[in-house]
Amino acid sequence: MTINQLSIFVENKAGTVAKITKSIADAGVSIRALSVADTQEFGILRLIVSDVEKAKEALHENDCVVSITKVIGVEIPDVAGGLSSVLELMSENSINVEYLYAFITISGQHAYVVLRVEDNDKAAKILKENGVKLVTQADIDSL
Amino acid sequence: MEKMENYYQKEIETASYEQIRQWQSERLVKTVKHVYENNTYYRKLMDEKGVTPDDIKCVDDLHKLPFLTKDDLREAYPYGLMSKPLSECVRIQSTSGTTGKRVVAFYTQHDIDLWEECCARAITAAGGTKEDVCQVCYGYGLFTGGPGLNGGSHKVGCLTLPMSSGNTERQLQFMTDLEATIICCTPSYAQYLAESIEEKGIKDKVKLKAGIFGAEAWTEEMRKDIEKRLGIKAYDIYGLTEISGPGVAFECSEQNGMHVNEDHFIAEIIDPKTGEVLPEGEKGELVFTCITKEAFPMIRYRTKDICVLSREKCSCGRTHVKMAKPMGRSDDMLIVKGVNVFPSQIEEVLLAKGLTSNYQIIVDREKTSDTIEVRVEMTPELFSDKINELSKIEREVNDALKSMIGISALVRIVEPKSIVRSEGKAVRVIDRRNLYNN
Repeated sequence: MTINQLSIFVENKAGTVAKITKSIADAGVSIRALSVADTQEFGILRLIVSDVEKAKEALHENDCVVSITKVIGVEIPDVAGGLSSVLELMSENSINVEYLYAFITISGQHAYVVLRVEDNDKAAKILKENGVKLVTQADIDSL
Repeated sequence: MEKMENYYQKEIETASYEQIRQWQSERLVKTVKHVYENNTYYRKLMDEKGVTPDDIKCVDDLHKLPFLTKDDLREAYPYGLMSKPLSECVRIQSTSGTTGKRVVAFYTQHDIDLWEECCARAITAAGGTKEDVCQVCYGYGLFTGGPGLNGGSHKVGCLTLPMSSGNTERQLQFMTDLEATIICCTPSYAQYLAESIEEKGIKDKVKLKAGIFGAEAWTEEMRKDIEKRLGIKAYDIYGLTEISGPGVAFECSEQNGMHVNEDHFIAEIIDPKTGEVLPEGEKGELVFTCITKEAFPMIRYRTKDICVLSREKCSCGRTHVKMAKPMGRSDDMLIVKGVNVFPSQIEEVLLAKGLTSNYQIIVDREKTSDTIEVRVEMTPELFSDKINELSKIEREVNDALKSMIGISALVRIVEPKSIVRSEGKAVRVIDRRNLYNN
């Protein structure tokens, strides 16, 4: 029901993200989605990748602080109002979305969006009940 | 023609070397006896070293006595090093904003008087008379800066402006409206005032002629800058709460080293590693012995300041030994914005907040104000994928540091292993201010 996101601590200075993407590339892992949240001093790089464990290991070796966060992936139709309908569902059910970001690739007529919420099970259940297709780890792996 | 020199107590300040030695011997013998009889903590140290008051017959016997350090003050906190009952004391003072290493000093009225007398000598040496208006912008309260110079200024008979620190607008208003002629503050605040005066374009309304600056290290370059910009003579003053406060030593018209008030305090230079007394002129750790105080007379107190003493004849006529500006510290204490900061205190806060001991303190000076930045490495345990949680950690560490050291530090969480290590050990402190003329 959930997919694995890599969360990586990055300092706000030149070259830090490049160092991270390079070590992931060197490990032969592809990046499927990414987002960066930042303050003045530091940021958090969030990645959905083709092989979470391999990427995590590579980042560890490069002295990065990295953790795996369970997030929800939703498939939404690539039409006006697609994302809005999903977020309205969250809002109606009082589920706070901490952050969200979209996948780099889209498959056919759909876009993939990552949602970070407090209660994954509740959110997944509501989304499924309302006919929203969830993205599985298998979907990611096959991208 | 000999230049005019003002003294607060000419006979004492220009006494012969023999006379000073005689005072020191008499007073040392008396003080050691007083402390031995009234202070169990120091008596124990003397007993452990096998020294009795009878072994101390003159100032040459000083080296036989055990040292006291800040650790002793902490261990004996709060009353353990008092040599008078509380009922005889009228005041306490304390070192600035240091919870972990707070030092409380006690004063009888006699102790306050002699301390203020020392400050009066400093003000007089800077040209102060009863005709002057003396603006004291050191902090008032537990910090010795304000109360010390305030008392000294009263003794000289100056009109005293007890401004305390901060509120620059008000400082400048009183400085110009009441035509202050002498200012007492930290050298960095003097630079800040100079800058504000220039910005406001009120230089012609400033009547200052001299400034007495202490509580932090400053260089000859800073002296020249302050003198030029404020149009004054800038004098250094030295002191520490443990010994009394500002005025333990002060600069005269020669502006080349500070005369130690040797009728009250005996200065020694020791090798910080062995504790051996070093001959005059050699660089080492400065040690003070109080020989006139009643409530809290420290004997052979190690200041941790690295310094040199000189008995060369001074053109001002004063005969008391001169100490150079401290050239560094034998411990890792930092003085930031006039506040004593130990890296260990910062480490304590970081560990209490679940951070690592991989940290680095960067002290710098932006224009005239000290800045302190604490960099600490992120750990997997602390890490979160949410920005607000990481910001919260920074905020909490910030608040905890502020309440521990008393000043605001910029906390920055950095990547693991990004703090430079030398031989496996992180370089704890980087001081970019270059405050010591070495």
